[in-house]
Amino acid sequence: MIKAILIFNNHGKPRLIRFYQYFAEDMQQQIIRETFHLVSKRDDNVCNFLEGGSLIGGSDYKLIYRHYATLYFVFCVDSSESELGILDLIQVSVIIVNVCFHVQVFVETLDKCFENVCELDLIFHMDKVHYILQEVVMGGMVLETNMNEIVAQVELQNRMEKSEGGLSAAPARAVSAVKNMNLPEIPRNINIGDINIKVPSLSPF
Amino acid sequence: MALKIVKGSIDRMFDKNLQDLVRGIRNHKEDEAKYISTCIDEIKQELKQDNIAVKANAVCKLTYLQMLGYDVSWAAFNIVEVMSSSKFTYKRIGYLAASQCFHEGTDVIMLTTNQIRKDLSSPNQYDTGVALTGLSCFVTPDLARDLANDIMTLMSHTKPYIRKKAVLIMYKVFLKYPESLRPAFPRLKEKLEDPDPGVQSAAVNVICELARRNPKNYLSLAPLFFKLMTSSTNNWVLIKIIKLFGALTPLEPRLGKKLIEPLTNLIHSTSAMSLLYECVNTVIAVLISLSSGMPNHSASIQLCVQKLRILIEDSDQNLKYLGLLAMSKILKTHPKSVQSHKDLILQCLDDKDESIRLRALDLLYGMVSKKNLMEIVKKLMLHVDKAEGTTYRDELLTKIIDICSQSNYQYITNFEWYISILVELTRLEGTRHGHLIASQMLDVAIRVKAIRAFAVAQMAMLLDNAHLLTGNMQRNGICEVLYAAAWICGEFSEHLEDPNQTLEAMLRPKVATLPGHIQAVYVQNAAKLFATVLRKHEGATDSQAAQETSQLLVERLPLFVQSANLEVQERASCILQLVKYIQKLQQKDVEVAEEVSALFAGELNPVAPKAQKKVPVPEGLDLDAWINEPPSESESEDEKPKAVFAKEETKHSRPRHTEVDEKELARRREARKQEQANNPFYIKSSPSSQKVYQDAPGVEHIPVVQIDLSVPLKVPGMPMSDQYLKLEEERRQKEKAEKKKKEKKKKREKHGKGKKHDSGPESEEDITPAHHVDIVTEEMPENALPSDDDDKDPNDPHKALDIDLDNLLSGTNCRPLADTEKLPVRTHRSEPLKSPGEDGDVESVPQEPKKRSSKEKKEKKKDKDKDRKKSKEEKKKKKKHKHDAEDEPAELPAEEPVKSEETNEVATPPTSTSAEASDLDFWLSSTPVAPTAKEVAAPAPAPAPAPETSLAAAPDSEADEPKDAEPEEKCSKHKKKKQKKEKEKEEKKEKKKKRHHHHHHHSDGGEDSVQNGTMEEEEPLPPMSNYCLLAENSYIKMVYDIQGNLQDGSQVVVSVIFENKSDSFLKSMEFNVLDSLNSKLQRPEGAGPHDGLVVPFQLPPGVSNEARFIFSVQSIVMPQKLKGTLTFIVKSEDSSTHEKLDFKLHFTCTSYLITTPCYSDAYAKLLESGDLKSSSLRLEGVNMPFHHLLARICFHHHFSVVERIDSCASMYSRSIQGHHVCLLVKTADQTVSIDAKCDEPSLLGNVLDEIKQTFSQC
Repeated sequence: MIKAILIFNNHGKPRLIRFYQYFAEDMQQQIIRETFHLVSKRDDNVCNFLEGGSLIGGSDYKLIYRHYATLYFVFCVDSSESELGILDLIQVSVIIVNVCFHVQVFVETLDKCFENVCELDLIFHMDKVHYILQEVVMGGMVLETNMNEIVAQVELQNRMEKSEGGLSAAPARAVSAVKNMNLPEIPRNINIGDINIKVPSLSPF
Repeated sequence: MALKIVKGSIDRMFDKNLQDLVRGIRNHKEDEAKYISTCIDEIKQELKQDNIAVKANAVCKLTYLQMLGYDVSWAAFNIVEVMSSSKFTYKRIGYLAASQCFHEGTDVIMLTTNQIRKDLSSPNQYDTGVALTGLSCFVTPDLARDLANDIMTLMSHTKPYIRKKAVLIMYKVFLKYPESLRPAFPRLKEKLEDPDPGVQSAAVNVICELARRNPKNYLSLAPLFFKLMTSSTNNWVLIKIIKLFGALTPLEPRLGKKLIEPLTNLIHSTSAMSLLYECVNTVIAVLISLSSGMPNHSASIQLCVQKLRILIEDSDQNLKYLGLLAMSKILKTHPKSVQSHKDLILQCLDDKDESIRLRALDLLYGMVSKKNLMEIVKKLMLHVDKAEGTTYRDELLTKIIDICSQSNYQYITNFEWYISILVELTRLEGTRHGHLIASQMLDVAIRVKAIRAFAVAQMAMLLDNAHLLTGNMQRNGICEVLYAAAWICGEFSEHLEDPNQTLEAMLRPKVATLPGHIQAVYVQNAAKLFATVLRKHEGATDSQAAQETSQLLVERLPLFVQSANLEVQERASCILQLVKYIQKLQQKDVEVAEEVSALFAGELNPVAPKAQKKVPVPEGLDLDAWINEPPSESESEDEKPKAVFAKEETKHSRPRHTEVDEKELARRREARKQEQANNPFYIKSSPSSQKVYQDAPGVEHIPVVQIDLSVPLKVPGMPMSDQYLKLEEERRQKEKAEKKKKEKKKKREKHGKGKKHDSGPESEEDITPAHHVDIVTEEMPENALPSDDDDKDPNDPHKALDIDLDNLLSGTNCRPLADTEKLPVRTHRSEPLKSPGEDGDVESVPQEPKKRSSKEKKEKKKDKDKDRKKSKEEKKKKKKHKHDAEDEPAELPAEEPVKSEETNEVATPPTSTSAEASDLDFWLSSTPVAPTAKEVAAPAPAPAPAPETSLAAAPDSEADEPKDAEPEEKCSKHKKKKQKKEKEKEEKKEKKKKRHHHHHHHSDGGEDSVQNGTMEEEEPLPPMSNYCLLAENSYIKMVYDIQGNLQDGSQVVVSVIFENKSDSFLKSMEFNVLDSLNSKLQRPEGAGPHDGLVVPFQLPPGVSNEARFIFSVQSIVMPQKLKGTLTFIVKSEDSSTHEKLDFKLHFTCTSYLITTPCYSDAYAKLLESGDLKSSSLRLEGVNMPFHHLLARICFHHHFSVVERIDSCASMYSRSIQGHHVCLLVKTADQTVSIDAKCDEPSLLGNVLDEIKQTFSQC
């Protein structure tokens, strides 16, 4: 069972949290802080497993994490999960997030070049990332690991949302485009492995 | 009105959406809290609007704020509103928000039941999907109870996307509503064989999760999982299954034996590290569960260790970590094989990664021996000095102590060295483990009598040395050692060289800064020291010195009298008055030393923890016996008190028992002993725990220890443990030399300090301890029973899921679902028929709003229809229920024939064993899948097992029964095959009985039924194998088995085991078959119809491996043969040659049959239907037990037993193309008659021919 999925940046700011067991909000924040504290002081060249923190889990639980350029992906899992399997799952999730946000065509070649994740995607589209994650993990159990299947399901749902006009229908979108112009420049360089891609718009959604 | 709408949409334009909110927060870094509070105000306004889009937007923003730690539970009702929107976009937002912030305490959850039910039955699969996902996060017991039925229906949804979600969420439902497990389980089990891999994976996931907590209930699924394991290619599924097997093997050692082979194959063949690792892990679990020291498993251990070494040597830190983790599991049972990799593990201690160092430390624990302890600890001490982080350093410290103190200081040869290590450890600052060091010091000083003089000297030095007193006392846990130091110096003050000086050190003003409990010990022990000083000076006429000491105490003690700590204060004032009184006496020249010493006379003996609890019940006291007549039945279930009474208490009841006559007493005693022996929770007292020195009261019973002091006892400053290392080495050298000269005894006399001979036994490693030390055992009551407390958490939610599912699975004899176990079916109020249980459930469903009620009605009817299509069992159950209430005549005829069919043969109640359980037994008792070299070489003779297979099984059974296996038997293994067979049979029988006996006490109902049924008297089943020889030459041997593909009606899978018989390497194997019109080998896309298939592995000498080939077939009614060739390259050291081997693949009709369970009612209907053509067969002279016969048909011809009544059984199987094959097998006087029915007569004829052939071979 997966007990929690936490994504936060290098400063410990939460970008996405998903607990599969109830914790009150302040407790959740404490857990994030503790986890960040544990994970952030580790070098990048040490192993990705940590015997659990004191707040979440206990002896049976492990923290399994991956560190991308600016983000930490942390899964808190118990002994029924395969450690290496979860590491792969994090990688798969990241690739899927990238696929869904940036390129929808060449899924096959993605494994190589989409090994990093753009923090901005998560900052501004937390909800979308949640929807993606829901297709991977459900109620603390791994639902699907086939990348193509997950992407297909996410796409179908997004298409359905589009056909309904989306949440921020046309007028609102125009307004936010206007608002955008007055804002300070947001860094749009996305570090994807060795390749830097300028992404024209923040979201293809 | 129109204006209002326009206005609303313009307002909306300027509402913030999620992106705006995020952007705003990022732009208000300084006053984030303030900005957010204004945002929340805005959101509150938005939530008040009617427009659902605005509400959804607001809820979406709330979800973000929830992540930042803001409590948004106040908006719970609005979230429910958004959830119930008809648009998918909004619904999704609502469910996301709900899944993030709803929990069992959220009261609006009860409002959602109907909404969720509606969404679950929505025609749009994504509405359903979103609802399931959301529900998985916030399901409550109420929701689980109300929705269990709807979710169960979804498990058979047409869309795999819904099916897999429904299957997965069932786990959550089980957790919240355990009653749903039994009714839902058959369907869940069905999903294990779902055609969609995602659904299959979900089902495996759920069952693994269930089985992990209550493994014994799922043992009967082992064959199914085994099949999945050997057929699945999904690594996720494989990992889950393999992990599950790891949990099951401790319960059933036979399972482990069966697993070893396929797991080893996987280890050899897989390229996925995750899978490899889990395989290794499970193999380890298997090896642990099997009794150790089995000769034929040492290869497996070696394989594991070797693979783990590769992992540990990998540059990937993750693999290194996992390798060490798995290694520590092997360590527990096979320390020897791990110890050979000591170099590697010590190397890991230097790793830069702390987690890896910690894992390596764990391993060290098991690697120490008398020989290397000092060396290892020295290395660890170096690390202690180097370690920067306190956590790691603390960990090192505890590990050092653990390692040294393990199994009663078994590996310590020199306690002076150990004390020095402990003293050195006190130099660590800021450690939390001061008390740990302290308790070790106390323990060693008390229990190792010989070391006391040395320990006291060291402790005196510690007291004298100021370094422990410096620094912040509260933070510095190390000052705890002073507690031990003071106590040791006081208690064993007779060993002190200069008690005066120590006394002075203990009364320094700075001591007052120590924690209260330490000061108290200081004060108390100062008094002890004072007594010693007095006695020392008594003999001499030096009364001046004694008086000076008294004066010192009188001066210093008032400091402690003023202490804020009550304990210190009390002791100090008490002792101060005492000293003052003594002072007076001293001035009168009265001899007081004797009396003062008497205050502290007597030896304190170490008492084991929990000793009190473990006082056994004295002979003759039967705590189970009632003193008066038992008031009622129910109370007898109370747990039997187990030896928790102390001796005093038991005295009260003694007189009563003298009245009971001797015979009765003896009988009871015997019964109790019997029960204790059979009770697995009653841990028998081991002889070691009886090592108590009760008879000799006082100090004498502590064994006198002989010290052979080769180390001078003068201690210059702080001790250096290193010097002991050198000394130790020298000593060992010396001893070696001595041994050579064989002058051991003489040398000793010279060497010793006039003490007694040291005649302890030599250790296996030829290391004599420097001081032969008898360690005082902790005191335990006589016949103490070491028992561990049952530490199961009563609040564990999984406890409720400990439900016996075997009965449920086993077709005919199932325990029917009780009324309470039926899932609540929604019935409409107007419906005339209602069961009481359902009634209650309806009541608890909240009233829905009136406007929806008509719609709801329709929906309910629809649901009701769906419910009817539930699993047969349940239907039957329901029907019965209905009969009771109103008699449904329409359904009656359908049911009638079933009953008659069931009972027409014999009127006695069915006593046959639970089919599932015996299936498992049968499955387990067959030989491992992969055959040995000689398998299938000769046809099997009648009732006895095939000689080859018996040979294969022989080592196993021998290892199980080492006492029975006579050495003579072993060496003549090959000559006396026949004898051997019989012998083995006997052994097996015995084994079986033993197992039954053993199981009796902790097995669940399923296994009990095996025992109570016919199995006990029946002979054990002979091992069987379906693999038959395909072709063989001097290089290679191929055996094969054909099985139908469950998922595709036109495919069969041919599993071929290739075994390399040569000394060379076999590679580039290519498997090719000449296709016929009817059967074709499936080749990868792009390959020509005559191309061969490459076998995906190479074979080193002596290795065998299995490959699978898929054939597509059109007609399955006739058996057929295909010709084929295997080409391969034989590579020896200097040459390589091409070789080829021709073979003939024989597709029997049997191989198209798939074992399919069938319920008896369905079976009866099938026979009734009249679509089947019948045929029959008679076999004469079949001389084997009926259950063997059935087992053979099941195993070789893929049938399953539907029902068995005495010597008559009905069996069922199905072909891959859906033909039903039914058999009625009867036996009488060595004649077996088989009546068969099938919808395809030629298939039936061929199958019967094959059955005939099987038995003609016997």
